[in-house]
Amino acid sequence: MARRTERPDLLALLAAKEMVLVVGAGGVGKTTTAAAMATAAATEIGGRVLVVTVDPAKRLADALGVGEIRNEATRVPDSAFAEVGVEPSGELWAAMLDTRQGWDELIRHHAPDDAVRDAVLANPLYQNLTGRFVHSHDYLAMEKLHELHATGEWDLIIVDTPPSRNALDVLDAPRQMKEFFGSRLLRWLTVPYRSRLFTVASRPFYQVADRVLGSRFLQDIAEFFILFQAMERGFVDHANEVERLLGDHRTTFVVVSTLEAAPSHEAMFLSRELLRRDMHLGAIIANRVMPTSFMARASATSARKLARLAGDGLAAEVAEELDVDEGATEAVLTEIGERFHQVAVVATREAERRAELADLSPLLVAAPMLDHDINDVHDLLQLAGHLVP
Amino acid sequence: MISGAGPSILERRLVFVTGKGGVGKTSVAAALAHLSASRGRRTLVCEMDAKGSLADAFDAPPLAFAEREVEPNLFAMAMNTEDALREYLRLFVKVPFLGKIGPLARTFDFVADAAPGVKEILTIGKFCWEAKEHNYDLIVVDAEATGHIVAQIGAPLVIRDMVQVGLVRDQTDWMLEVLHDPTMTGVAVVTTPEEMPVTETLGLLDRLAAETGVEATTLIANRVLPALFDRRQSAIVDRLGDAEDLLVDAAGKNVRAVLDAAHITEARRWIGSGHLSRLREHTDLPMLMVPELFTRATGPRVVSLVAEALAEELE
Repeated sequence: MARRTERPDLLALLAAKEMVLVVGAGGVGKTTTAAAMATAAATEIGGRVLVVTVDPAKRLADALGVGEIRNEATRVPDSAFAEVGVEPSGELWAAMLDTRQGWDELIRHHAPDDAVRDAVLANPLYQNLTGRFVHSHDYLAMEKLHELHATGEWDLIIVDTPPSRNALDVLDAPRQMKEFFGSRLLRWLTVPYRSRLFTVASRPFYQVADRVLGSRFLQDIAEFFILFQAMERGFVDHANEVERLLGDHRTTFVVVSTLEAAPSHEAMFLSRELLRRDMHLGAIIANRVMPTSFMARASATSARKLARLAGDGLAAEVAEELDVDEGATEAVLTEIGERFHQVAVVATREAERRAELADLSPLLVAAPMLDHDINDVHDLLQLAGHLVP
Repeated sequence: MISGAGPSILERRLVFVTGKGGVGKTSVAAALAHLSASRGRRTLVCEMDAKGSLADAFDAPPLAFAEREVEPNLFAMAMNTEDALREYLRLFVKVPFLGKIGPLARTFDFVADAAPGVKEILTIGKFCWEAKEHNYDLIVVDAEATGHIVAQIGAPLVIRDMVQVGLVRDQTDWMLEVLHDPTMTGVAVVTTPEEMPVTETLGLLDRLAAETGVEATTLIANRVLPALFDRRQSAIVDRLGDAEDLLVDAAGKNVRAVLDAAHITEARRWIGSGHLSRLREHTDLPMLMVPELFTRATGPRVVSLVAEALAEELE
């Protein structure tokens, strides 16, 4: 159960919420962070915890048991935890989101009858569209969250959002879905061809569109949209619900970022947008952070001493202690002493960005740069240990 | 094996720079453009998303569709579908009512959102046009990330298959001519020595060849940690913790931070070189190495450092 603490912590957040959306720039470790948070929740808080990932690294996917299975929740076996000596108080489940399958499911769900369903699924435009249609990855991730939450099977669902061109796309996806169905053009395209031709307002557009795209292609698009329109009610209702869920008090957003310039910049932008939209910003996780000890002046002094003393007998002592070659040891000690300032410079820069991020969020959690990739439950537990000390 | 042929990346006329999000695509694109321009070649660099990071790279005010000279010989622009449509209509359709393009562009945008390839072909068409007309010696596109680039570069093929008649259909021919000519067009894939960027790069190389007919030209490994130690020395770094007392006595207790830094850097380097070997096993495309810069600077300083590294690699 949730621990009572003076300061908010990540575990308290995970205990208080039912849905967590993990957002941030590409390449910052969203997937591993989402999986580690789920692992922490399953082991420390308990209950049925599900992490929905989009595109995990292969070994991590295998470790979670979702390497092959898509769009279906799979339980991470207790044996995987037992191997590393942990007995989780709850259950950890994982699912991998498959955009294509997800769309097919949506169509099946919303189609008014079998004829419309089959016609859409077989439509060549649909086949081509599902990958790019109205930020479809983003919408689908939101939609999946809604669907999973509605099943009532989960105490906590953590969703790793897809890589977007713009992190805001995730937040805007439901609105865009509604706008798509509400737009005048969709209505115009789906009225019968002849009456459309004589609508004065649309004539200039039609003339140009016809010349550029060809009327045949426009017809194909129109036919597809007519099919789609049959599902409008279902889609719009759903998008409304998904939108409500994003602002629900049971939902929180966790922004993940490294402390490099571009991702931090995006994290700040995203955090401000969340606040502006009255959505719950639960935490910012600064990932792959260098230890603050790298910035200490005493560390720089130690580094200089190390380089200076290496050739002055220190290498000989160390080499003897370790029973290794003295020359190689001297080279190593000199090099790491001389190179330390490079790392220190980066650490200092990171610390500034970390302070800026901390100003934006009620909770800033730092996960250190690790000396290995995150490949299995053991690694996830280790990362979880840093997120939830 | 995917093998590369043809001229080096700076000798082509149209180069798309892609890679997984977060690998430093924009810095590399800016650096390639900077390098080309500094050698006296008239160069255009274009940002595809509206994030403004390309403008930051040159310390320039926000970029617009109309290109602006940010350095001698170097012109920068930001892609924008509405402006691309405006230009397209002006060039090819000779539409008279340009002033009223707003509503038209919005509706067009809508069709483009839904119809596969339409939006992409407007933007890709702009680049192909500039290349075909030889308005620049080199056009560098800070392109979409690996997840979206295939849809972008592959748009002319999709349109050719899906659209039977119309102006757009007719124009796919000359666009494909530009895109499929390896002396004209190339793709540079940027990666970092990390698992997911390398995995996405491998996936992209296969998809590019199969779905777009545009060839990958060069791999650019960014933020590569320098190889400071050989295996024997590296093993010593690993074991220095065992001599910690000696080291602390000599250099103070903060020597632990120094050892930590060395340990993390060295471990990451070995993991990274493992990931890069996976790439090398799969392809013999040239791989340019850009070192981890360890710099506190951003913007033009980074661009010039990356450009220097690329220049050395290209020699």
